[in-house]
Amino acid sequence: MSDQKFKVTIDNITVEVAPGTTILNAARMIGGDVTPPAMCYYSKLEGSGGKCRTCLVEVSKGSEKDPRPMPKLVASCRTTVMDGMEVKNITSPKVLDARKGVVEMLLINHPLDCPVCDQAGECHLQDLSYEHGASGTRYEFDRRTFEKEDIGDYISLHMTRCILCYRCVFTADQLTNKREHGILERGDHAEISTLLGKSLDNEFIGNVIDVCPVGALTDKTFRFKNRVWFTKPVDAHRDCPTCSGKVRLWMRGDEVFRVTARKDQWGEVEEWICNDCRFHKKETKDWVIEGPSKIDRHSVISQGHYVGVKKQPVLIDKVIGKNPKLLLDIHKVSDVNRPEIELSKIEGPAHSDDFKPNK
Amino acid sequence: MKLLLEHAHVEGIRYYDTYRKNGGYRSVEKAFKMTPEEIVEEVKKSGLRGRGGAGFPTGMKWSFLAKPEGVPRHLVCNADESEPGTFKDRYLMEFIPHLLIEGLIVSSFALGSNATYIYIRGEYAWIVDILEQAIQEAKNNGWLGKNILNTGFDCEIYVQRGGGAYICGEETALIESLEGKRGNPRIKPPFPAIQGVWMRPTVVNNVETLAAVVPIINNGGEAYAKIGVGKSTGTKLLSVCGNVKKPGIYEIDMTQTVEEFIFSDEYCGGIANGKKLKACIPGGSSVPILPANLTLKTAKGEARYMNYESLADGGFATGSMMGSGGFIVLDDSQCVVRHTMTLARFYNHESCGQCSPCREGTGWMYKILKNIEYGKGKMSDIDLLWDIQRKIEGNTICPLGDAAAWPVAAAIRHFRDEFEWHVNNPDEAQQRNYGLAHYADPIHVPVTA
Ligand SMILES: Cc1cc2nc3c(=O)[nH]c(=O)nc-3n(C[C@H](O)[C@H](O)[C@H](O)COP(=O)(O)O)c2cc1C
Ligand code: SF4
Ligand code: SF4
Ligand code: FES
Repeated sequence: MSDQKFKVTIDNITVEVAPGTTILNAARMIGGDVTPPAMCYYSKLEGSGGKCRTCLVEVSKGSEKDPRPMPKLVASCRTTVMDGMEVKNITSPKVLDARKGVVEMLLINHPLDCPVCDQAGECHLQDLSYEHGASGTRYEFDRRTFEKEDIGDYISLHMTRCILCYRCVFTADQLTNKREHGILERGDHAEISTLLGKSLDNEFIGNVIDVCPVGALTDKTFRFKNRVWFTKPVDAHRDCPTCSGKVRLWMRGDEVFRVTARKDQWGEVEEWICNDCRFHKKETKDWVIEGPSKIDRHSVISQGHYVGVKKQPVLIDKVIGKNPKLLLDIHKVSDVNRPEIELSKIEGPAHSDDFKPNK
Repeated sequence: MKLLLEHAHVEGIRYYDTYRKNGGYRSVEKAFKMTPEEIVEEVKKSGLRGRGGAGFPTGMKWSFLAKPEGVPRHLVCNADESEPGTFKDRYLMEFIPHLLIEGLIVSSFALGSNATYIYIRGEYAWIVDILEQAIQEAKNNGWLGKNILNTGFDCEIYVQRGGGAYICGEETALIESLEGKRGNPRIKPPFPAIQGVWMRPTVVNNVETLAAVVPIINNGGEAYAKIGVGKSTGTKLLSVCGNVKKPGIYEIDMTQTVEEFIFSDEYCGGIANGKKLKACIPGGSSVPILPANLTLKTAKGEARYMNYESLADGGFATGSMMGSGGFIVLDDSQCVVRHTMTLARFYNHESCGQCSPCREGTGWMYKILKNIEYGKGKMSDIDLLWDIQRKIEGNTICPLGDAAAWPVAAAIRHFRDEFEWHVNNPDEAQQRNYGLAHYADPIHVPVTA
């Protein structure tokens, strides 16, 4: 039973996965462009997913036994594979059209205040809009706004930017033992809030910052101190009595600007870290430095260095009729993104001067 | 033909003694002589379809209920009735509460539910008292409680008030709310039949569906199936509102034409105040609106009947749905744009906000419709509306997204010139309504998908 495998074909690429695997996770095994974007699903959070609808795919064949296609697009993060299932992601015009719609919906009430947002540069909504969105908006109304709010001494809630993915709700619920963080109201007037506006003081609550795909929950000890792409990610650890102590430091020179959990290639936290590590250990001497982090999402942080990424065996040829390339390659048009500059070789803090073309 | 409301006019039918004298609780006596499987079989034979909106065959739903050893099962009665235009369950519960209680006892026995819940719309506060009194009376007379009629079957019925959210009528949101959580619809699968309330196998049925079990057991499934036409068996309650002479609750056997239903004195009595029929929403606010000509006749030019199949004839291009039975009639002084805006506001307000297309799209549609209605619309807004509803429909967790999209789609599909008139004549549109246009005349209807 345990070694039984299901064959599933996604965009003409076949993989074998264990029964119970979701379409999204099967696609992640293939990797690359056939992996649907996920804004709410988080493999470490039970019950997450199904909400944002960015991961919609078309099931063109249900299974070997029941080959009927599924009548509607399905959320790949919450739909498990069947043996012989055939799925279309970027090979389905229906999916691309629906996804474009979802991205547009996610953006109509988003403030687009990236220039003053701490998340800019590592924001999943930026990545998503860049890859799947339209360049303009058809929305002509005032955007929904909320008052900024502090939830505790370390976390700032900027509800206006929230996409209601519920990740922080699941995190607060599952990592901490008291349930005091949730959603008030409903529809487009729903908002994240804490019990009676109380501060969140659980020792793991800082993780909500890391799971938030946008800049709705940010680290007050880092707020406005720097842009993430000017800081250098470094993996480090310490002997922590509360958590694993395995973190990522965001440094400029010898200065630790920010401490976060380490994230994998899907932007998910590898191991949760405690508040003490995150908010209080801001000196190099607090840490044993392991070396530069491997950042392998196509974020500006990586400066074009997809260190550690397995190069996609050119599967894309198989993806009939589609050229799933980025609309534009930021590294080609931005001075700040110079692939030939190896971040870890820069001495001291990286500075915008380091990226000047004449350098 | 009346099955459910047969005794509704009897003085004092709300109370146990009168109800019992008029043949009440006979079906329980009969059911207890049958096996649960035989009851499910009778319901299957009856062809009864869910009266909550989707019209799913009840017997089939019951047979899907998982029965793992040692795990309790539950029956939940959906009395959340919040769809604009729908108020049939209220009438039934208010005037003949014992009919529902009787249906619940029989159904609980058939499904093996020892704890059965009625989840009732919060605003129906006074009906909670009526139901609780009926439950108490039934209990006092031995129809509920432990070892009912010495059969060894225990059953309690609990009434739970909702908190005032339309979305809690969606069965999985209802289950969440019943469990004391935020009423967000669950992602399916798993379906309630496998994992429902407290992750136990659960059947959720509408009030009218469960009441209909009483005549089915009393007269037999086959007798019930003989009433009605085709797959629309039995009788259906309709709540009629809008511009007719006699709004109210009607029980029909689904053999009437829509024309007869709207215009005959036996039913709605025609359009009030000497006006003309402009449009009709036959099954509650979520179903597509039809212009007069398509209300009365199908695209093929045949008479349209008051049943599941005929109302849906032509698909969404030229047909609509039976839905929840909220029959809304609009006369020629009604404005379709304003009407659509009102519905859009409702869905915007009631979206639970879990999925992005519904959360954001409903608000967007409402804002655009408000602009058009108040003379600030652009021609391109009409196409934009169409595109937004298209992006919502089918892409959400629960059918509320569809329910928000369909009324907008149908209004544009059938009344586009009224929208255009609003855009082109913003000032005039503030002064008067567009009126009837050509829709009441038998115009040619293109048969397109
Ligand atoms: C947004 C929404 C609201 C609903 N509201 C109700 C309701 O108030 N009453 C009801 O019986 N069914 C309602 N339903 C349908 C239920 O989900 C479910 O299908 C029904 O209770 C099943 O009962 P039936 O099979 O007897 O029709 C609603 C569905 C949706 C999507
Ligand atoms: S605050 Fe962030 S994590 Fe929480 S729901 Fe909003 S976007 Fe998601
Ligand atoms: S469709 Fe609307 S009401 Fe239904 S789950 Fe999604 S947001 Fe909630
Ligand atoms: S990631 Fe699947 S719906 Fe959000």
